[in-house]
Amino acid sequence: MSLPPIEKWLAEGAPSAADPRAALDPRAALDPRALLLGRRALLGGAAALLAAPVPVFAQAAPPAAPAPAQAPAAGAGGQSAVITVDRARVAPIPVALPDFRGTSSAEAALGHNIAAVITADLVGCGLFRAIDPASFIQTSVAATATPDFASWKDIGTQALVTGAVTAEGANIRVEFRLWDVLPGTQIQGTAYTTAQGNWRRVAHIIADAVYQRLVGEKGYFDTRIVYVSRTGPLRVPVLRLAVMDQDGANNRFLTDGRWEALTPRFHPTKDEICFLSYIYNRPRVYLLDLGTAREQVVGDFPGMTFAPRFAPDGNVVIFSVTHGGGSDIYTYDLNTRHSQRLTDSGAIDVSPCYSPDGSQIVFNSDRGGDQQLYVMGADGSNVRRISFGNGRYGTPVWSPRGDLIAFTRIGSGGFAIGVMAPDGSGERILTEGFSVEGPTFCPNGRVLAFWRSTPMQNASGAGYSARLVSIDITGFNERVMVTPTFASDPAWSPLLS
Amino acid sequence: MKIRIVGAFAALALLAACSNAPKTTAAATGTGAAAATTGPAPGSEADLVANVGDRVFYAFDQSNLTAQARATLDRQAAWLAKYPQVKILVAGNCDDRGTEEYNLALGQRRANAARDYLVAKGVAPSRIMTISYGKDRPVALGDNPQAWAQNRNAITSVQGANPQG
Repeated sequence: MSLPPIEKWLAEGAPSAADPRAALDPRAALDPRALLLGRRALLGGAAALLAAPVPVFAQAAPPAAPAPAQAPAAGAGGQSAVITVDRARVAPIPVALPDFRGTSSAEAALGHNIAAVITADLVGCGLFRAIDPASFIQTSVAATATPDFASWKDIGTQALVTGAVTAEGANIRVEFRLWDVLPGTQIQGTAYTTAQGNWRRVAHIIADAVYQRLVGEKGYFDTRIVYVSRTGPLRVPVLRLAVMDQDGANNRFLTDGRWEALTPRFHPTKDEICFLSYIYNRPRVYLLDLGTAREQVVGDFPGMTFAPRFAPDGNVVIFSVTHGGGSDIYTYDLNTRHSQRLTDSGAIDVSPCYSPDGSQIVFNSDRGGDQQLYVMGADGSNVRRISFGNGRYGTPVWSPRGDLIAFTRIGSGGFAIGVMAPDGSGERILTEGFSVEGPTFCPNGRVLAFWRSTPMQNASGAGYSARLVSIDITGFNERVMVTPTFASDPAWSPLLS
Repeated sequence: MKIRIVGAFAALALLAACSNAPKTTAAATGTGAAAATTGPAPGSEADLVANVGDRVFYAFDQSNLTAQARATLDRQAAWLAKYPQVKILVAGNCDDRGTEEYNLALGQRRANAARDYLVAKGVAPSRIMTISYGKDRPVALGDNPQAWAQNRNAITSVQGANPQG
């Protein structure tokens, strides 16, 4: 058979509405995208694809409907089953990922590595199951040329991902095809050209494409985690900012540890974070441009400023300022440099986080006697308490979907990570432990990262550890994220592409 | 306790010696290694630790001063009156059974409670800096009630000689 056409990735190209390929086969040939090194340059190009996802055998489940789809695993007559995230959690989608083909040994090595990164992404999210390569009947080279769907079906494959790597000077061209094995059709085919050093990002972008086509929601693999690295003596730890890909690769330290740094959070669109720096022993909120390493203090306040987050539009930072025995929540407009106080309770008002539409703010306050969660309007109006369970609550974060607030709960038995609706109803605890804290949502709202620490068993601190952990919002698939040191304070980036 | 009594003796001896000796500067604190034999320099960090008491403790999630804490701060205020050139840092700390951001605020609240008491006792506010380390500077390792009680504190230090720095 001859292969269906694939999208070429034109370096600067936004797809034209009149692109003839789109008319040929909307499933096979969709979107030319430019993949450049810089994140800013990437944003425009990729948006065209992601704005209009066309899930093939996927269907988004309504968030409130827990009933899994009753469709059979494999429909009759060559039709694939309807897959939802809810269903895939119970029955992970069997996917085969033979090595991407390469002609030279260098290309073949890259092809192996790219397939491995895609596999790790998909299996790691818990919604996919990798078919054991030892069971493959068709070679990867043959499959890349012409998939023998019967042989892939025989070993239980539902979706097949094939691809090839070609060196083009200092660049590589990576093409991939996603196949629906039962009907034997191509779901997507796209080729990316980029600098060779960028191969991991290409792999993550392909994994996101597979995720989106198969479960009907945007993926979250082409993302990063910023966090606090913890080294040195426990009494005076060295706390450094670090950033890494969501799979732990490309770890990079952002501060040298001379001054303590805490609570980094990503800007929604720029390659920038806000965080708490203890520089010169004056703990204040700073911005840090990850491209230029330029730091900039936010505002000018007599008290400590801390617990910062960006507003969804990126123009405002919201944070707390200590005042008397408590702390008040302020906003600071990065354009006008105007600050505004939103709370004045005399209590500790801390950990503010906007709803994704920017209309509301959830925060933590002890105004009622101990730490609880409250929601107010973006102007500070209409404050109401939303946490009423057993214990104290902190670190609320609003889901990017808007439908959940994740939190830390501290009860008599220890710490827990949970979620509740923004009105406080439907509280669910996802995981517990001696100390689990500080949830952060991945961009599609399906997974949380947080940090888990273990207790110091004795006066030398033996037994202590601090690790980043991810967990599905239903409480399954809890996994430690790999970091080179002990770690805390994770914050998930938006999708890079 | 024994060590403390010895230290007090040594300090007295040093005070006596100093009355005839050239004036020592308060800033020359060192780490106190020599304190066991000669006693800490008056007005120094080591002097504060050995002879006054550099820290007060708080109940869980609280910042009110106990009678014992007030007694310690009374001694600090008297000591500061005696050494008017000394400036201090008051650092508030928490045990690790709260969330990080809340504990930053709670640590500051504890530092402020100690500072406000010292100011009420006549120490000029300009001599006092405060900082909160939240739960990131445990003085006692080990997750047990005794260690937690040690870690809920406000620690006064001579500026530049912060034991938690």
